[in-house]
Amino acid sequence: MPELHLPLIEAAILFPLIAALIVSQVKRPDVARRWSLIASCLALACTTFAWQDFLGLGVPIAHDHWNLTERLIGQDIFAIDYLTAPLLPSVSLLFVLTILSTLRTKIRRFSFAWTLLAMSLTQATLCCQDSWGIISLLALSTVPPYFELKSRGKSTRIYVIHMAAFVGLMVFGQACRSFEGNQTQASLCSSVPLLMAALIRCGVAPVHVWLTDLYENATFGTALLYTTPLCGAYAIVHLVLPSAPGWVLQWLGLLSLITAVYAAGMAMVQKDVRRFFSYLFLSQSSLVLVGLESVSQVGLTGGLCVWASVVLALSGCGLTLRALESRFGHFELRQYRGLYEHVPSLAVCFLLTGLGSVGFPGTIGFVGTEILIDGVVGTYPHVGMLLIMAAALNGIAIMRAYFLLFTGTRHVSSVSLRVSLPERLSVLTLAALILGGGFVPQPGIHMSSNAAEEIISARPHDPSTHQVDDTGHESA
Amino acid sequence: MTLLEYFTSRLGMTVVAAPAVAVLGLGGLSLVGWPPSERIISRVIQSAVILGLISALAVLGVMLGFGLTHVPVEVGDWVHIPHYHFHIKFLYDRLSVPFVILTFLLCGTVGAFAARYMHREPGFTRFHLCYAIFVLGMVVTSLAGTIETLFMGWELVGLSSALLVAFFHERAAPPRNGLRVWIVYRVSDAALLLAAIAMHHLHGHGDFDELLGANSWPDGVSHLTDWQTLVVGGLLLLAAAGKSALVPFSSWLPRAMEGPTPSSAVFYGALSVHLGAFLLLRFSPLLDASPLLRVAVVSVGLVTAVFAAIAVRVQTDIKSDLSFASLIQVALIVVEIGLGLRYLALVHILGHGCFRTLQFLRAPSLLQDYRTLENALGEKPATRPAGARDWIYRFALERGYLDAILTEYIARPVVRLFEACDRWERAYGRWLSKGGQPPSQPESNSLLED
Repeated sequence: MPELHLPLIEAAILFPLIAALIVSQVKRPDVARRWSLIASCLALACTTFAWQDFLGLGVPIAHDHWNLTERLIGQDIFAIDYLTAPLLPSVSLLFVLTILSTLRTKIRRFSFAWTLLAMSLTQATLCCQDSWGIISLLALSTVPPYFELKSRGKSTRIYVIHMAAFVGLMVFGQACRSFEGNQTQASLCSSVPLLMAALIRCGVAPVHVWLTDLYENATFGTALLYTTPLCGAYAIVHLVLPSAPGWVLQWLGLLSLITAVYAAGMAMVQKDVRRFFSYLFLSQSSLVLVGLESVSQVGLTGGLCVWASVVLALSGCGLTLRALESRFGHFELRQYRGLYEHVPSLAVCFLLTGLGSVGFPGTIGFVGTEILIDGVVGTYPHVGMLLIMAAALNGIAIMRAYFLLFTGTRHVSSVSLRVSLPERLSVLTLAALILGGGFVPQPGIHMSSNAAEEIISARPHDPSTHQVDDTGHESA
Repeated sequence: MTLLEYFTSRLGMTVVAAPAVAVLGLGGLSLVGWPPSERIISRVIQSAVILGLISALAVLGVMLGFGLTHVPVEVGDWVHIPHYHFHIKFLYDRLSVPFVILTFLLCGTVGAFAARYMHREPGFTRFHLCYAIFVLGMVVTSLAGTIETLFMGWELVGLSSALLVAFFHERAAPPRNGLRVWIVYRVSDAALLLAAIAMHHLHGHGDFDELLGANSWPDGVSHLTDWQTLVVGGLLLLAAAGKSALVPFSSWLPRAMEGPTPSSAVFYGALSVHLGAFLLLRFSPLLDASPLLRVAVVSVGLVTAVFAAIAVRVQTDIKSDLSFASLIQVALIVVEIGLGLRYLALVHILGHGCFRTLQFLRAPSLLQDYRTLENALGEKPATRPAGARDWIYRFALERGYLDAILTEYIARPVVRLFEACDRWERAYGRWLSKGGQPPSQPESNSLLED
């Protein structure tokens, strides 16, 4: 198997893991923050170099150079492919920006050790190619949010019920799949539990309550980092898509489509800023699932592009709200706040990231959303129209939140609320990526297209699946 | 590629590139926290508009000189993957060239006016950035050679409109009205996007040359069947109605007057409000293929014209008055399009745009005008038609109840449904968590507040 020139993937996993152990022993929060920042930046550098190295190799999948994992557990489970190559640096960047934009007033409440552990687990999940490995890592990654909820004195019941069901169904489904051996198509016994597990982890309605609960009760940063990398979608790509019968995918698609519209409508009427964001995220992540389920080259490519825009743009929107919370505390969308005058950079960032996530022209999400809609309408001409409705509702929700947060009144403050340098850096980085990806979309789309091709080629031919006849259309 | 084609193509690209560079420059500097001075901002906008105008005039000169009526400028595939490509192309023809020249002329004039009008206003940079986005959106929409390109410009115009309606941040009414405008625009955008997708899947093309034949505007021919034309045309009519404030979406137009006068002038007096009519003109070959669609277009236009003519009689502020006066003309333009009088409609757009911009820009000095008029007449002119029946008066005063109807029968049921879902979800969450701290219940709904 082709190898990268250096063990960059394992380094990207190990740096935050080791740093998590060190930081857990550090008493001073500012020192912990500095260590966390260094470790996460190192991981970001590793994943970026891994991406470039992978592109240079020109192969569909590549492993690490010295295969440290193979020596430890006897199997090399980590690899980089077209799907994960751009995803890993994006996720690393998200962690870096979250740590970077954590203000001094909040560093005592934000657990850097758990964050670094979550980073390590997320990176490991996203480059793991082994089914049981993915399941183990996903199960482990449910732990940090649980402890955070516990430490904050919040009820963990909703989270525990859903995550226990998720892990249990995933283990049961994969066990059944293992017993089936080399059958190309999974049976009912394995497909349904895996599908249900994926639905729970992705927060598809009606099993999405844990997601809003997590956003309301955990710190904003933790909730953001646990949900926005879309590890559940990764599990679907590796556990469900390769062997699931067509009808399973159609159910997944239908439920995701309904969730996308439902969550967009819910985001539009929310009075709590965190619930607003959780529904916005839910709607956008469901669009990713709709694209994955379409199992057509165009639809899948669109889904993967929207995935990238969720990780970058929507996470950026979340980070903006988090920065606002750091200044004004937990607030609601009941009245006009008029914050533009004090934090114009955050206002612009909110608008840019929000509109970017819903596919506004010139931003990273635009072409992805266009491709997704085209692919899905090609597969399901009638219900595909719901996607457009979801996008329209999300746009309304974003603008409503923008007007409520940043306009409508004159906010009086006796202290300076201006953004700090790290925050400004975060805003500029996100803006550059969102606009850069919007103006020059071809490299990202090309990678997504290659990834989509790999995913489709991994699926056995299933006549029951409604495959889109792409060749009939010139463009969309 | 001949030298002439090369020259025209470069000129054609400059028309679009000039406002795009202005947007990127102003936006980039504002984002990094170095907003330029008022003078630099004004000069950037003016330079972009002048460069764009000169290039557009040069293209027109080439077209007239060489007898060309159809000059496509290919940018190429923005995105290209197997089975999909996003093609960008600009089209210079008898429809787009006059419209883009009108855009530059009016934007240049209003830009110069705004530089003085907005002097020392705290949001000077914000205003001009939104204004530059608007110019770019208008140019892209006017020159679009594919429906995807048109959609990009269409959305840029919508965003800049909503942000400028909400320009005066310190009061609640502007953002509230800005949100209303945005909601109608999103409906319009969704309809246009649906039409685009429908065209692709029915015909396989988004390129206007492929879709409406290679003949230059207005001699295109639709290749869709009757019912396909009706579906696509219906969606386009919906999109046009939203953008041009035709019935039943007319209520957003007076709300949009919350913005600064320069933006009101160029958006709702001259350019943006005509975009719906422009869209119908661009797809006018579809109207030829479906008599039913033509009837629908004429009906919408007539109803809007009558409604606006009634409503305009009772407006108490000059900008609302002018907005309804604009609406009457836009509705008549739509009627002309429905009747197949395309050149008349185009000339009507050009003339009306210029005239209404002048009226809007003079609106702040209206009191002075009235005093002059009163002095000349010797008595106060009548402002209310004598003998008007009360119910017509109330109908006009309430602007045809369109706002209330849309709110009560469309928006509120949707919002109530989702609010009920929210309550159920919260109750379910409380039941599931058993003892968790329940979040407070929503009290009011700012989406529908007025």
